[in-house]
Amino acid sequence: MINPHPPHLARIIDRVQESDDIFTLRLRFNDPSIQSAYEFKPGQFNMVYLPGAGEVPISLSSDPDQKDSFFHTIRVAGRVTKGIDKLGIGDEIGIRGPYGQGWPLESAEGKDVIIVTGGLGCAPVVAVIHYVLKRRERFRRLVILQGVKHSHDLIWRASYERWAQAPDTQVLIAANATEAIWPWHIGTPIDLVQQADFDSANAVSMICGPEGMIVAAAKSLTERGLPEADIHVSLERNMQCGLGLCGHCQLGDKFLCKDGPVFAYPEVKFLLERGGL
Amino acid sequence: MPIPHYLPHSSLQQLFEALTEDGYAIVGPQAKENRIDFGEIRNTAELPWGIGLIQDAGASQLVDGPKNRCFAWANGPQAMKPLLFAPREPLWQIRHGKNGYVVDAINPETRRLAVIGLRPCDLSALRIQDQHFLEGQYPDSHYGARREGLLVIAVNCTHPAATCFCASTGDGPGAKESFDIALTEDDNGFVVETGSPEGEQILARLALKEALSTQMETAADNLRNAASSQRRSLVSDNLRDVLMSRLDHPHWDEVAERCLACGNCTAVCPTCFCHAEIEEASLGGNHSLHSREWDSCFGERHGYIHGKQLRPEIKQRYRQWLTHKLATWHDQFGRSGCVGCGRCIACCPVGIDITEEAAALLK
Repeated sequence: MINPHPPHLARIIDRVQESDDIFTLRLRFNDPSIQSAYEFKPGQFNMVYLPGAGEVPISLSSDPDQKDSFFHTIRVAGRVTKGIDKLGIGDEIGIRGPYGQGWPLESAEGKDVIIVTGGLGCAPVVAVIHYVLKRRERFRRLVILQGVKHSHDLIWRASYERWAQAPDTQVLIAANATEAIWPWHIGTPIDLVQQADFDSANAVSMICGPEGMIVAAAKSLTERGLPEADIHVSLERNMQCGLGLCGHCQLGDKFLCKDGPVFAYPEVKFLLERGGL
Repeated sequence: MPIPHYLPHSSLQQLFEALTEDGYAIVGPQAKENRIDFGEIRNTAELPWGIGLIQDAGASQLVDGPKNRCFAWANGPQAMKPLLFAPREPLWQIRHGKNGYVVDAINPETRRLAVIGLRPCDLSALRIQDQHFLEGQYPDSHYGARREGLLVIAVNCTHPAATCFCASTGDGPGAKESFDIALTEDDNGFVVETGSPEGEQILARLALKEALSTQMETAADNLRNAASSQRRSLVSDNLRDVLMSRLDHPHWDEVAERCLACGNCTAVCPTCFCHAEIEEASLGGNHSLHSREWDSCFGERHGYIHGKQLRPEIKQRYRQWLTHKLATWHDQFGRSGCVGCGRCIACCPVGIDITEEAAALLK
């Protein structure tokens, strides 16, 4: 029986500071055979290990076709991410994965893709935005609804501005609080669903963010005629093993680490609407 | 179906010797302090002869039992679970050397264990733990290594405690599967059945006589009585759907007022599998050990996620435990997570009773 527990070592080959507390690491496994065999789907995650501190589940933010390395965009949130933030190019960390179910990108082909993301939940879906833009001919419209608490939380601002100029692409951004110059909406991404331009009979939505926002966004989208089965959501819980064994990431009957983190909305609707579970 | 044989108490030591010859370490029950504990034994004299056990909500007391019996009690706080799913064990270590980090997987040292005295409820729990640790996408190599060499000698339950309700969950008091050898004790010895080629091979060397029909009838009577004498029962009709539709039932608040969130119930539950991953760095900083240890959904760290506690109230944690055990477990494992052993009732410091709480929630 293969021991599924120990991580593989990987080296930081680039680091980008995205905002005050968000950074992106470009990583490569030390062992070339592990790197070349490594495959993932956007929406999947790795357990990222800081030796001496522990592991955290972090979604992959790079393009799955980039084979020489992979990216993690990380927000400093707790003890482990605070430690990882201190690392620089050349430093080593442990990685095991990829785990979980990714976004249903194959079944989204030929359809409008509606991305709704709230707060700092944007990393798992930014991988989807890049994926769609790189394979533009396979998809129809791309609608991006991004909400942040404060305008200064918006990372990749230049990217959003650039994406807004792309053909058949609509970018709608909302912030609850803003600095003086804010060309976008003041409020939540839910307010923006009305302005989203998509064909509800031929669209797929992917939502990531706080659970309350997910429920509200799914409700607004279904009110616009999008069937619930075409809505997919990425959820977060305390994932400690990633293997479906440790039990911390359970939500109702689901183990988020192996059954998710991406779910078709009807699978988790009851649990999310209920809340507090 | 192999013919049942009869193993007189006087020949039990021969069974132990056969197991030892085959290289098994024998783990069995012993009377310790005020409980039945499983540990390594070599001699049948170490078994709890003449020991009885009275258990009730929040209470457990060893008493004098029938002198010529060694299995005249129901169960202790633990049996199989800690032997396969270690309460705490290292998974890997990492060192910082001249050329960077080195990760070493730590694999458990295992021995072939023959465990005698498992109850039918324990066998059902073992089956669930096997499903959880071995039959998913990532089989757990640590559990697997220990499981591989395991020989199960079950002892059917003729003396259920007041806390037992295996008859209502369908898990006892007689074993149906998942054993190599199953014994049913009477005053002179055991009716013996085998459930595997390994079990047959061992018994064949003991030159036992076939069980007499009177011995088999006594065994069957004892098991029938063990079932009918159980005072507690778990309502089983549609618990899955009903509990999930009663998440706002006022009884959750009522239980939460009594529950201490101590986690005793999850520690003694033979099916609970939650564990935490922990990291211990050396003071020098160039070495770190990554382990796992049993965790409980009643603890504050269980539902922690980046600075937020998902289930801050005890009510939410008790509800998580009970709805998982009795409701969503069906979706995950195709059956309830409760095997009717009653350990959570006996070991709860305030005597919270899963059968009563489930019944109250159905009202």
